[in-house]
Amino acid sequence: MAHAVDAEFLAIPLGSLADAALQRARDLGADHADVRIERIRSEHVSLRDGSLQGAHEGQELGLCVRVVVDGVWGFAAAGELSTDAAVRAAESAVAVARVSAPVTRERIELATEPVHADRTWVSDYEQDPLAIPLADKVALLADRSRRVLDHRSVDHVSAGLGQVVEQKFYADLAGTSTTQQRVRVNPAFEAHGASADGSRFDSMASLAPPAGRGWEYVTTGWDFDTELAELGDHLAEKLEAPTVEPGTYDLVVDPTNLWLTIHESIGHATELDRALGYEANYAGTSFATWDRLGSLRYGSEHLHVTGDRTTPHGLSTIGFDDDGVETQSWDLVRDGTLVGYQVDRRTAALKGIERSNGCAFADSPSHVPVQRMANVSLAADPSGPDTAGLIAGVSDGIYVVGDRSWSIDMQRFNFQFTGQRFFRIVDGRLAGQVRDVAYQATTTEFWGAMAAVGGPSTVRLGGTFNCGKAQPGQGAPVSHGCPSALFTGIRILNTAAESGR
Amino acid sequence: MTPHDLVERALEASSSSQCVVMVDVRTSANLRWANNTLTTNGETTGTSATVVAFSDRAHGTATASLSRSVVTVDDVLALVADADAAAASASPASDAAPLAADRADADWSTPPDSTSIGVYSSIAPALGEAFGQADAEGRVLYGFVDHEVVTSYLGSSTGLRLRHTQPGGHIGITGKDAAQTRSAWVGRATRDFDDVDPLALADELRTRLSWAERTVDLEAGRYDTVLPPAAVADLMIYAYWTATGREAHEGQTVFGRSGGGTRIGDRVGRPGVQLGWDPAAPGLECSPFVQAAASSSAQSVFDNGQPVEATRWIDDGTLSALIQTRESARVSGAAFTPYGDNLVMSVDGATGGLDDLVAGVERGLLLTCLWYIREVDAQTLLLTGLTRDGVYLVEGGEITGAVNNFRFNESPVDLLSRFSEAGASVPSFSREWGDEFLRTATPALRVPDFNMSSVSQAQ
Repeated sequence: MAHAVDAEFLAIPLGSLADAALQRARDLGADHADVRIERIRSEHVSLRDGSLQGAHEGQELGLCVRVVVDGVWGFAAAGELSTDAAVRAAESAVAVARVSAPVTRERIELATEPVHADRTWVSDYEQDPLAIPLADKVALLADRSRRVLDHRSVDHVSAGLGQVVEQKFYADLAGTSTTQQRVRVNPAFEAHGASADGSRFDSMASLAPPAGRGWEYVTTGWDFDTELAELGDHLAEKLEAPTVEPGTYDLVVDPTNLWLTIHESIGHATELDRALGYEANYAGTSFATWDRLGSLRYGSEHLHVTGDRTTPHGLSTIGFDDDGVETQSWDLVRDGTLVGYQVDRRTAALKGIERSNGCAFADSPSHVPVQRMANVSLAADPSGPDTAGLIAGVSDGIYVVGDRSWSIDMQRFNFQFTGQRFFRIVDGRLAGQVRDVAYQATTTEFWGAMAAVGGPSTVRLGGTFNCGKAQPGQGAPVSHGCPSALFTGIRILNTAAESGR
Repeated sequence: MTPHDLVERALEASSSSQCVVMVDVRTSANLRWANNTLTTNGETTGTSATVVAFSDRAHGTATASLSRSVVTVDDVLALVADADAAAASASPASDAAPLAADRADADWSTPPDSTSIGVYSSIAPALGEAFGQADAEGRVLYGFVDHEVVTSYLGSSTGLRLRHTQPGGHIGITGKDAAQTRSAWVGRATRDFDDVDPLALADELRTRLSWAERTVDLEAGRYDTVLPPAAVADLMIYAYWTATGREAHEGQTVFGRSGGGTRIGDRVGRPGVQLGWDPAAPGLECSPFVQAAASSSAQSVFDNGQPVEATRWIDDGTLSALIQTRESARVSGAAFTPYGDNLVMSVDGATGGLDDLVAGVERGLLLTCLWYIREVDAQTLLLTGLTRDGVYLVEGGEITGAVNNFRFNESPVDLLSRFSEAGASVPSFSREWGDEFLRTATPALRVPDFNMSSVSQAQ
């Protein structure tokens, strides 16, 4: 690991602040207490038509204390990093636990975890994106924007660049103490245009996913030159494409689209807190209930899915979670059957799972950790074909590229996705784009219809900066490794017909 | 040091041509529960500062905007120095316009308002009682209460000294039967929890779950559907967020023309349909001045401190305004009508309640709320999403049972023309967006042909 943890963050008296808070929590009767001190720096830059529209740099710095007192959680956060503030936060957390006690009818237990003393972890990146002058970022995004705008079919272009650098210190009464740093970037471009007859407008976005990498990803880590050179042509073809005939088709889904279907229909459905009802008022529950572990037929025999918080450059990747658990990799679906869940120490203990698999995460020092998504990834077929090979086997179908809109119900049954572009497949070959396409299915039927999976060469790591869950709402970054795959007999809607036109 | 002093010190220290400093003092408290027991909770306090530095050049003005958590005056002074340096090396901004000047609020130096976990001193025991009742009667409750108070201080080198306190809270409770085959939801927005009675809400859940004692499976299709005010808020908030002047002018939204130009002046709904925002709307009060930490299509840092006034977005069914910055207003030739943090919808002459609308339905559906709403097509603003926690069958004007959930595909703008009846405008709480957008007043709407695209098995 080339980088050290930021010196300014290390200059905060992390250990003594934590000791003060933990000691106070212990004195007030806490059985468990943990302290997090976090600094989250971010910058977002946006351009329209090659001109800077807005740039904003943010920094969140704070401390929080979480306790278990007489079997009841308490949590408090403070913006000030002083011994007094740390002690007061511990006192507030204990007070919150006392207020909560009459409303609590379940004793909080935590799965045990080995002590990890004085551990440091830093993600794998080359250049800190926040150390690059803003003018350089604007110049690069503006140059790329203008190249997109030069296309005759492109009327406008928008560009955005999100960047985050997190430092996180964690310590608990058991003796675990970790200091971590990670970096992520999210470059995006979108071209807008209208059809020649003026009746329709549409847009086409770049497919570059966000990544757990530094500035090097924006400059050379993705082939933007090729992608942006083709963006105008893709948009022009979409604007003049025929509308799709609704019906049932075989789909070849590109990893640039399928990552999001995995996220919604497998990632969230295998979160144990959801399956146990803890998100019933907000994000929802799951059809993949605990009683079906080991027996639920999730999909075809080709379906192998892992949860992993160690994937290189994954957005959910870290060394230790916000429960102080060392991160891991494990199976969620094996040979089409549900075999695992994503858990934290609390949900693991509830179901007698010996050890948490490290999915606790809080998005800020003012939020309590909850179980959040690992990098949930679909395994490639080691001897599978490339994407063209999958397409070659389809006589009448649609090839789906790029994510766009997504929606799934609160038990993760019924979903509907659109994409950036859809190509008709006729007799094994691409036969031009069609428009107004959405695919709609039920989770187990969709994965049950997965007839073939692409080989390792088709795998891409897709992802998002901001997956929402919990109350108060928290955003979490997560990646999904994903190959191309073939699905048979999937329902295709015509979205213009859906709107009654 | 008090927040207004932090602003004054920052303004004194700024070396840029002009400077805007915003300090927000935020306190919050929350309780969350599931399976008839508390699950998580929290109490937070924090102060953040935003410094927008403006650097005049021969040809325009460059800006830089930085926000940080702050505690001491030194934190703020460091932020000012970094913002000054960033603005000095930035290129001129396209949205440059003169800053507002010389307005001071009388309460400028008043200390911040706050909340704490104590706001639930009567709510928490009532919840405990509700959990006990639910347990005894075979129901399971899940939910969340949140209260937040943000006091904002906005000062500028041009003489602005503005202060605004924004209290906001909400409660949402989902109830299920023990077998988890029936589900219902109630939710309310509030400013202070004085008007929230958890036991009354729990009673309402009991009633709604009793409606589901008879269940009926229905196929996908178009149904005569009553949308309660919460579901109308779910749809109209999304439409509001889409109503930025710049995107409309560039022909990228339902409020613009393909190829460019806005649809201001076009009829987009039935006569009598009114939508807009108003910082003084009773019970929905929100900031009467622009607070923009960064420029975007919806806001400009140059507009900080500009008054936000009552705006008719859709007036008597006609699109009459959009969310504007001074730049987008100038470019598109529209009035400057900046974004307001509430949304009020009404239909002229509509006075009845939800029950009145239901009473007129021969055979149709009554919804509770909508969920997972996403845009499918920008040109028509076609949205997809799910019904959630209670779809009820209405026969002969009476609720006669519960039906399965559906996925819908509908455009909120189309609904403004297609609804057949409306109720009175009442305070509402959006299930889908209420966490982010708390202040709405909306009517119930009856839509004779609401498009349920497919069945969802979710319960």
